[in-house]
Amino acid sequence: MNYLLTTLISGISLGGQYALIAIGYTLVYGILRLINFAHGDVFMVAGLMMVYLSAALPLPVAMVFMLVLTVALGFAIERAAYKPLRSAPRMSVMISAIGVSYLLQNLATYVTGGLPQTYPTIPWLSQVAWGTVKWAAIVTPFLVVALVFALTQLINHTKVGMAMRAVAKDFETSQLMGIKINNVISMTFVIGSALAAVGSALYFINFPSIVPLSGALPGLRAFVAAVFGGIGSIPGAVVGAFIIGISETAIKASPYSIFSDAFTFALLIVILVVKPTGLFGEKVTDKV
Amino acid sequence: MIQKKKNKTGLFVTMVAVAAFLALTIVLENTLDPIRNTILFTVLKKGAVYALVACSMNLLNGFTGLFSLGQAGFMLLGAYTYSTLTIPMDAKDMVYYLYGGTVFRFSLPDLLGGVDTPLGLIGGVLLALVCAGIVAALVAWLIGLPVLRLKSDYLAIATLGFAEIIRAVFQWDKLGRVTNGANALKSYPTFSSFNLKDAAGNVTLRLSTFVAVLLAAICIALILLLINSSYGRAFKAIREDEVAAEAMGINLAKHKRLSFCISSFFAGVGGGLFAMYANQAQAKVFTTAMTYEILLIVVIGGIGSISGSCIASFLYVAASEWWLRFLDSEMYIGSFKVPLLRNGFRMVVFSVVIMVVVLFFRRGIMGDKELPDLFRRRPKAEKKGGKAHG
Repeated sequence: MNYLLTTLISGISLGGQYALIAIGYTLVYGILRLINFAHGDVFMVAGLMMVYLSAALPLPVAMVFMLVLTVALGFAIERAAYKPLRSAPRMSVMISAIGVSYLLQNLATYVTGGLPQTYPTIPWLSQVAWGTVKWAAIVTPFLVVALVFALTQLINHTKVGMAMRAVAKDFETSQLMGIKINNVISMTFVIGSALAAVGSALYFINFPSIVPLSGALPGLRAFVAAVFGGIGSIPGAVVGAFIIGISETAIKASPYSIFSDAFTFALLIVILVVKPTGLFGEKVTDKV
Repeated sequence: MIQKKKNKTGLFVTMVAVAAFLALTIVLENTLDPIRNTILFTVLKKGAVYALVACSMNLLNGFTGLFSLGQAGFMLLGAYTYSTLTIPMDAKDMVYYLYGGTVFRFSLPDLLGGVDTPLGLIGGVLLALVCAGIVAALVAWLIGLPVLRLKSDYLAIATLGFAEIIRAVFQWDKLGRVTNGANALKSYPTFSSFNLKDAAGNVTLRLSTFVAVLLAAICIALILLLINSSYGRAFKAIREDEVAAEAMGINLAKHKRLSFCISSFFAGVGGGLFAMYANQAQAKVFTTAMTYEILLIVVIGGIGSISGSCIASFLYVAASEWWLRFLDSEMYIGSFKVPLLRNGFRMVVFSVVIMVVVLFFRRGIMGDKELPDLFRRRPKAEKKGGKAHG
């Protein structure tokens, strides 16, 4: 019983961390129709930044810096790698995203020398609350709900949010209506990266070893979560992420742990075949 | 409709170039000191293998317009099929020692007379490579049933997912008697088995690089023939516009499936060749990163150009394994230590170069042209006439 409860709590918290990454995917996809393959690596770089910053600065300052730098990184990636390709075919932008991901991973290998880095211990959050569950795991779902609530408020009730919705609906028309499209796109990347930074702090407190590839798989799983919930929909991403987080933890605890990723992708393929728009996605039709 | 005049000179020049390249590999391998020039031959072999896989990916991504990221998974299937079928009988217990033997109670080269006889070696290896392709194509057919209904980026993610699933299944220890679990398969015939030896065991004629390049060249030639057939034209029509292609009477589902299976077939053969190159087959090598590598080769060479993919794969492999190596070690000019040079810097520079290509030279080396096109005179007058009438 205890074991079951621990698994469930870690599953929910893992799901919450995936949700924070998945929102970044879903926002960007909603607007640019781009799978931002580099998002998982931004998440990893945020973790590495925290390792290096906390060695030099007091913890709260380091955290703020980490957040700001991650946002700057997301912004810079968009400006450098995606903006020049705005009118290019979608495949080129996706390849550019893969290139950025490759670059970030290699850069991380270079900086760390390929050695796993240990995430700093955060007072209170890194302490064990109950059994093997850390406080961070307990805080995560609440933080996620709060952040998602704030985000939906932002999207539904502010001018920027309205612009984002308009751009997601129709790229060209919103441009004609005087929306500064580049600012809106940058804003999505800023929000996505900030959430990924928070997610990385929570994730790496639970799994404190960071290698250059630590972002790749959580990134892919979060993307699967976003697709599962219906890409472009924020509640969908969150629900999908919780489902994937819980099922992954459950499978990892069973004798079939090697299949945890296989299950995630099988889930993706099933949902794509049965309901290609995901749980909460809107139906799109192809125009000739 | 006036048939476009076949470009005979260009084709001839290309074929001569390929033949000369093949001859050159034999000459180089037998004249240069094999110990000091290992890196050159490694690059040639790996480049040839990657060229084949890149061409197979180009067939799908560049010519049919299906964005698939499952190449590493199909290579894995090919590599495992090849190696399980060719491990000699007397080496099986040693390779599968953890699982107490294997379910494969036969070995193709041994059935044909043993690895030491020409028939056993050549026949066994070729048969196993074809089997590798067929297994990959069969799995592709199965995967294609649900997945090929998906559009662009969803297809990419779904195929990526399948590659991950295949990798997980092959590492499962319950299948240990088939796949050897997470352990490597080894002791099967590799490229070096093709070096001719005299009775005393000394190498008389080195053919390992030649065999690698030859096998890849044959497969690439087959891909080229397919692309220039009516099927190839149907693929290109699908790439340009699915709806229009369907309206012209092209069976979308059938052609997509065909392209997916054939591409996977050659990826499987490429996987078998990769196993021969690497001397061992292990599931953990065939990661998503490998697919990305191959995708980047296709992009650098030019999406939709077979010769571009071949040139790019040799350049890519040479640059990453050889020419940029110096960036990884510390260097002193006099007493001045060159900054930044340290383990890992090579890959950083390399990925920056790739980003530059992706962003600023989007058409890659060849664009969508083939090598023979470069020898063709610009048909200026023809174009003008066509416009006036069109």
